[in-house]
Amino acid sequence: MAEVIKKATRESFGEALCELAKENEDIVVFDADLAAATKTSIFQKEYADRFFDCGIAEGNMIGVAAGMAAAGKIPVAASFAMFATGRAFEQIRNSVAYPELNVKIAGSHAGISTGEDGATHQCVEDMGIMRAIPGMVVLNPADHWEMKAATKAAIEYNGPVYIRLGRLAIDSFNDPEDYSFELGKGITLHEGSDVTVIATGLVVNEALKAVRELEAEGISARLINIHTIKPIDREIIAKAARETGRIITVEEHNVVGGLADAVCQVLAEECPVKVTKIGVQDCFGYSGPAWELLDKFGLTQPHIAKVIREVVAEGK
Amino acid sequence: MDSSEIRQLKILAAKARKGAILGTYHAKSGHPGGSLSAADIFTYLYYKEMRVDPENPQWEDRDRFVLSKGHCCPSLYAILALKGYFDWEELTVLRHVGAMLQGHPDMKRTPGIDMSTGSLGQGVSAACGMALAAKLDEKDYRVYTVLGDGEVEEGQVWEAAMFASHNKLDNLVVIVDQNGLQIDGAVEDVAGIEPLDKKFEAFGFEVVKIDGHDFEQIKSALDKAKTVKGKPTAILAKTVKGKGVSFMENQVGWHGVAPNKEQYEAATAELDAQIKELEGEC
Repeated sequence: MAEVIKKATRESFGEALCELAKENEDIVVFDADLAAATKTSIFQKEYADRFFDCGIAEGNMIGVAAGMAAAGKIPVAASFAMFATGRAFEQIRNSVAYPELNVKIAGSHAGISTGEDGATHQCVEDMGIMRAIPGMVVLNPADHWEMKAATKAAIEYNGPVYIRLGRLAIDSFNDPEDYSFELGKGITLHEGSDVTVIATGLVVNEALKAVRELEAEGISARLINIHTIKPIDREIIAKAARETGRIITVEEHNVVGGLADAVCQVLAEECPVKVTKIGVQDCFGYSGPAWELLDKFGLTQPHIAKVIREVVAEGK
Repeated sequence: MDSSEIRQLKILAAKARKGAILGTYHAKSGHPGGSLSAADIFTYLYYKEMRVDPENPQWEDRDRFVLSKGHCCPSLYAILALKGYFDWEELTVLRHVGAMLQGHPDMKRTPGIDMSTGSLGQGVSAACGMALAAKLDEKDYRVYTVLGDGEVEEGQVWEAAMFASHNKLDNLVVIVDQNGLQIDGAVEDVAGIEPLDKKFEAFGFEVVKIDGHDFEQIKSALDKAKTVKGKPTAILAKTVKGKGVSFMENQVGWHGVAPNKEQYEAATAELDAQIKELEGEC
């Protein structure tokens, strides 16, 4: 077992940017007065000459990043997921995605685990908003190691990318010795034949703990980690449906527009099976400590395990 | 500039206006009014001011132009065609399916277009990004952007203005084509933007007010901008919407309506007469 690193993915992202900037002088980073929170401050400390705080003006930040990309740079623009993808949606759509400019957009404090700040800051729509834009790559890494690898892949990829970052410190579960990230490829974390759980982001580890717990009860649940929401790995999803029948999706996002919808789209075309959606059930979040909220929204190990048991008991 | 140079610019601008009329006529849509008001500015930028090479549109050291009021592209397309970026005939299929010339500028499809624009307020931010990239790379290229006066109602213009002066982008020139009209009527009636000079000054810009149809004034404003250090320049260019075609001048109705066959022929005849008269003076 690899050493467990407890770290928020926003921090892993900041560290990764710093490491990548050593090798790549074209990387420039923008923030909108949230550098301390998105952790682009880690980059700012090392590369002040390549860091620009745009102030609380997200639309302009995205536009400036687009202009920079048009001039050959690799701009990374960070804010909270809510403001990056919400406030600046149209700038991302028209100034970045339509001209296919090489801008990386990082949305931190995504999902309800943003916690005490409450609903205005808990973005549960970002993946849906970004997924709807033609050509946009959407990444939602699940732990420290995956975030580092995903950040590297995003920089190496030539084109617009949205990458989702979390505020909450979470345990790593990947082993850096045998981990490899491939854009658009899901990862089977646990084999199983009774049912398949497809999870993304911060809640993947909760799902992993759940399927391991159920193994002792004789339930064989497959677990797939989807770090790339778009383009999604159609093959791994269709194969799972064919082999295990029912599917359960788990995401810290509205069940409308995010992983659940992306999975259902594949299944409707490739292999229709019944899908159970664990996530934010088309409602807003509210204030509270992150883990209490995750528990309330059914996104922790016991709740996920309970749903898996019910689905398996129902049968195919 | 001597009088013969100015005459040449006037001829080119009249040809650009003809191109805008030709394009919108064939498209059966588009925006002639603002295309005509900005035609002299485009002409001066591409023929006198900017360091560009139509043979090498992606040249790294070129000056950049961002048409933030993207809907006024027909006359810009005409200038690019006259410069040799693409064939003049492309204007006859403007906005048609599969056309190189889209309804709003598309940097992926059209040689010479440095930024895709159309959603108002966004081009000026992109221009800031390009100007900042020049600073980072220690390159001496300059960045020009043209906005509409209705466009400055967009909040993003002022976010960008703050950014430009905060980052001392003295290689950025923002030109406002002040034709005084927007879709719903006179700018002053829809959402008063004055005093625009004081607004840009307060946002840290050097401000120059000119007649946007007077090439001498366009030249002196752009020359002055090159001497300004440590801050961006805003040129407020007073213009006439529909300039050059008598029945389109100062008519809000010509913002986004194409000429029919009769109007196309009348406008073309007017512009041809202007060109003939100017050539006669040579």
